[in-house]
Amino acid sequence: MNTPILSVSGVSKTFILHLREGARLPVVNGAGFDLYAGECVALGGPSGAGKSSLLKMVYGNYRVDEGTIRVRDGEEMVDVASTSPRRLIKLRDTAMGYVSQFLRVIPRVGARDVVAEPLIHDGVPPEEAVARAGALLARLNLPERLWNLPPATFSGGEQQRVNIARGLIAHRPLLLMDEPTASLDAANRNVVVELIAEKKRAGVAILGIFHDAEVREAACDRVIDVTEFGRVAA
Amino acid sequence: MTEQPLLIAEGLSKNYGTRLGCRDVSLEVYPGEVLAVVGESGSGKSTLLGLLSTELEPSAGRVSYRLRDGRVADLASLGAAEKRLLMRTDWGFVRQNPADGLRMAVSAGGNVGERLMAVGWRHYGNIRGEALDWLAKVEIAGDRIDDDPRAFSGGMRQRLQIARNLVTRPRLVFMDEPTGGLDVSVQARLLDLIRGLVAELGLAVIIVTHDLAVARLLSHRMVVMRHGRVIETGITDQVLDDPREPYTQLLVSSVLAA
Repeated sequence: MNTPILSVSGVSKTFILHLREGARLPVVNGAGFDLYAGECVALGGPSGAGKSSLLKMVYGNYRVDEGTIRVRDGEEMVDVASTSPRRLIKLRDTAMGYVSQFLRVIPRVGARDVVAEPLIHDGVPPEEAVARAGALLARLNLPERLWNLPPATFSGGEQQRVNIARGLIAHRPLLLMDEPTASLDAANRNVVVELIAEKKRAGVAILGIFHDAEVREAACDRVIDVTEFGRVAA
Repeated sequence: MTEQPLLIAEGLSKNYGTRLGCRDVSLEVYPGEVLAVVGESGSGKSTLLGLLSTELEPSAGRVSYRLRDGRVADLASLGAAEKRLLMRTDWGFVRQNPADGLRMAVSAGGNVGERLMAVGWRHYGNIRGEALDWLAKVEIAGDRIDDDPRAFSGGMRQRLQIARNLVTRPRLVFMDEPTGGLDVSVQARLLDLIRGLVAELGLAVIIVTHDLAVARLLSHRMVVMRHGRVIETGITDQVLDDPREPYTQLLVSSVLAA
């Protein structure tokens, strides 16, 4: 196979809780794997095994104590663990997207504009961006009467669909998804599975946490069990 | 990356007599980037803003700025006229108390138009037209153009201050607690406005705030200050979600979730 989109090697992290007398909370120890274009890989393992933390480290949201997390940006492999904040911001702009579990709402901005924002940021004309955002929200069955309303008052499932749409609307070669279907009904879960399949066909590499077994079966090519990484000494 | 910083601070310190305002602060701000400076009262963040904007003179260190012609100038070496021009055209300063940043006895239109006249606009109709455009951008009704800001609410005054500062299309804007003291609904409107304008105009902003939610919403990177020093820096969400320093952990964990 060709070069990976994402290459994780020897990654470890321990939280140090200064407000708890410096208690040490190891979350990931010795994680290593590669991810290639067009595949969807699930991080597996029980709650608390460090799946979410690992995903956040790949995005640069959590810092990395040890190891490298190399993400392909065009011809270059950029190490998230050691690069500068400004390079990381640029990497997020071009090379990777992140669908978090919960939508962080922006006061006063309507749902469709929230979704269109990444496209506008990419330089897509606002009119086209908004039209594409509307189309994606329609696919996710978000009623049109909600499109102009800020999502703060939406239900959990509605917010999550806005969040998914925002995370998927722009093309990023690497996509990170943290439980994208947790509060969705079966019909909308299927839409997400379809959208993931489309991303894979477009050559996107996806790394995600999918607790729903059906979604995992349908969307993922393999599972990486995070408990198989070097065990954390208690 | 080949991109050049807009503003560079090196080893900035400021003592007030024996009291310390700021100690050995170095940072860079790039075009189009929002940098938040957070910390509690007395952490030195407003002193830092004063030093960066040359309103205060440092006890040590220096601030350099990339001028529009590409020249990088040590701000302390600029003549008074050159510095005044810079502040009127290329910089903005949005203050916490709008009364400090506006001329309270001058009409709203005059407050906006004054900055245009300072950069050479002379035609009354053009100035008024541009002022009207900017009032609309900051959501102030055009029929209030001849009212003076004393008749405005706190939120309106703050929006007017933003229009006054942005009308000359500055490249760098300093903001000192721009949403402090406003009702939350007014705050949300102002934040949304600032967020939109910053993205639309590609502004670089250095914003001082004690409100971590404001920093999260507006900034790309942040620096955390304590006792006059920068104790932690990084991408905003990284510092807020994975704070490393004990003090930053305390700050983040002290925020009440609504």
